[in-house]
Amino acid sequence: MDFSYTIFILIIPIATFLLLGFFYNKIKPAISGWIGVFALSVVAVLSYYTAYQYFFNVGKVEGKFQTFFGFKTNWMNFTETLRIDMGILLDPISIMMLVVVSTISLMAHIYSRGYMKGDRGYTKFFAFLSLFTFAMMGLVVATNLFQIYIFWELVGVSSYLLIGFYYEKPSAVAAAKKAFIVTRFADLGFLIGILLMGYYGGSYDFMELNNPEGPAIMNWASSSFMGLSVITWALILMFMGGAGKSAMLPFHIWLPDAMEGPTPVSALIHAATMVVAGVYLVARMFPMFHFVEDGFALYVVAWVGAISSLFAAIIALTQKDIKRVLAFSTMSQIGYMMLALGVSKYEGHEGLGYMASMWHLFTHAMFKALLFLAAGSVIHAVHSNYLKDMGGLRKYMPITNITFLIAALSISGFPFTAGFFSKDEILLAAFEHNKPIYFITLLVAGLTAFYMFRLYFGIFWGKKKEYEHAPHESPWSMTIPLLFLAFMSIASGYLPFSEWLTPDRVGFHGHLNYTMAAIAVTVGLIGIIIAWLFYKNPTNYPAKISAASGKLYKWAFNKFYFDEVYIFITHNIIFKRISAPFAWFDKKVVDGTMEGIGNKTVSLSKAIKGVQSGKVQDYAFAFAGGVFVLVLIVIYMI
Amino acid sequence: MIENISIYELLTLSTILFFIGLYGFLTRKNLITMLMAIELLLNTSVINFVVINKYLYPNMLQGVYFSIFIIAVAAAETALAISIIINLYRLKTSVDIAETETMKY
Repeated sequence: MDFSYTIFILIIPIATFLLLGFFYNKIKPAISGWIGVFALSVVAVLSYYTAYQYFFNVGKVEGKFQTFFGFKTNWMNFTETLRIDMGILLDPISIMMLVVVSTISLMAHIYSRGYMKGDRGYTKFFAFLSLFTFAMMGLVVATNLFQIYIFWELVGVSSYLLIGFYYEKPSAVAAAKKAFIVTRFADLGFLIGILLMGYYGGSYDFMELNNPEGPAIMNWASSSFMGLSVITWALILMFMGGAGKSAMLPFHIWLPDAMEGPTPVSALIHAATMVVAGVYLVARMFPMFHFVEDGFALYVVAWVGAISSLFAAIIALTQKDIKRVLAFSTMSQIGYMMLALGVSKYEGHEGLGYMASMWHLFTHAMFKALLFLAAGSVIHAVHSNYLKDMGGLRKYMPITNITFLIAALSISGFPFTAGFFSKDEILLAAFEHNKPIYFITLLVAGLTAFYMFRLYFGIFWGKKKEYEHAPHESPWSMTIPLLFLAFMSIASGYLPFSEWLTPDRVGFHGHLNYTMAAIAVTVGLIGIIIAWLFYKNPTNYPAKISAASGKLYKWAFNKFYFDEVYIFITHNIIFKRISAPFAWFDKKVVDGTMEGIGNKTVSLSKAIKGVQSGKVQDYAFAFAGGVFVLVLIVIYMI
Repeated sequence: MIENISIYELLTLSTILFFIGLYGFLTRKNLITMLMAIELLLNTSVINFVVINKYLYPNMLQGVYFSIFIIAVAAAETALAISIIINLYRLKTSVDIAETETMKY
């Protein structure tokens, strides 16, 4: 099977970006939107075709999914083994990601045609979306660590551009800078990890590194640092980069602020695709994470994921801006994926956690993108992000209401929705391998159901609110993506993921564990019922409970003061104690020396510039005097 | 050739003329006068050529030829200088040396 056409999955978005970017002023908004949608449709069709060919026709050889290269070129050779290539790697997870990215991106494009209508930067917006799609596609098909790093940064740049899309708003500019700087800081760890991996592992290539019998995995113990193998350190540092992109503790602070961007961006980048790049990275390097030092790095991943997931769920309970609730919910669900990867093993059915993580990535992309797009539809109608400005919208916006409900049920793990199946596998994986994490996961499942239905009832039921202009349902361009994603939020639960996406590529026959499912559903239903009691009609329970929990509520509402801690560390410690003396030294000593030399030259030249008087007779006099002196010297000295 | 006049007297004359010319060139404010002073300087060198030729190599004429060369060059130089001065006069309506002091710091 020739997969060389997959290069077009990368070429079409970048060509669209260049077209829309260069002719930004020439192309009418009505056309540019269609160009973006059309290009993405082609990309989506190519991705689906690739997935179909791979999973149903040619992927499995002798019972094992093989790795294909759609394109491969030798780029930079350092040594015989250490080289950087560019290429397109096709294996189960990269193809799964191609499908996710192209689907969500296409939906975001269609939706943006309605949502961004009349915006001044309409064409620019579509250009940036194409750039992002290109970067994300390049990230998922990367064949080696450096290629993934290059596209990783490109994704970061396009995220920066899109968060700061409303660049006239100071808060959007600040949020864009924050997102960029925080992820850049985490990427420093990623880069160091890559370099360590290249030096001690001997390769950047995924195929060579992840070969369980390969030298990188076999020789992990050859060098150590502070009690751990250097390879483990490299993996932990690479996970630091992943944690930055995926908003895990303690690098999560940029994600809630990133909600300043337009809502389709939040749905595409900050819910479905870019933020799962960290999960994807760990999954990509999974054999290394698992085999090196008995999976110590994976243990770190599991706990960071579990703690982030609980932490974010608690904060999400208290937030009042609906997009921020969804942002923390995203963080919490990505924590789920991380912990599922963290508890996974390699062989056969033991690879359940890995499979569950990838499956949850897929289903989460669908229902979380749907939640964001539906929230965008609500914001579009009400012109506010805050829960207090909403209520009773179900009569005005029936499609948004139904689709939001489906997504909320799916994320809460309601039976027979997609989230139910993927979450069940995660819980099962956690239960089999790590009991404390299992209980955290279960608690988070309950919290998730509660805060999601707090949103749902708060927006669509709740208080009877009088609106200045009656809100109305969004146009078709916005509701069609909602309906499609609502369909996917249920249907993606019925895909046979356990046969496609396992760490050893063999696949196993997955089945529902009824005990696990019953417990999870009970916990989820309790959450939903409490939310129903609290928020279906306006009650004073929430106020009472938040008053009773006192400090805890205040802490959670202020996101456990993480932002303040960061500001304290950067401003009071780094800026004042470290940077300020350096700046003083630079200004006074380094600059002072150079400026002194300059100033002295100037004053000296001022003093002697009178010599250049322009008077011919002065020059002649000097000349004659000089000759006279020379003559005297010649006569009397020699 | 000229009886009873020694080389010392002739060289003294040319030296005096030279310093008069130098003094004139350094102190006059009028460009024409300065040009005249330059002619004086050239003439002293012409006298020196002729005199030294006469007293050192009485049978040869190189010094005399050189003096003719110098006179010819001086004539050309004067023509050039006068044309410059005339142009300057058209520009500034003055032939004062102070008017030419524009090329300075």
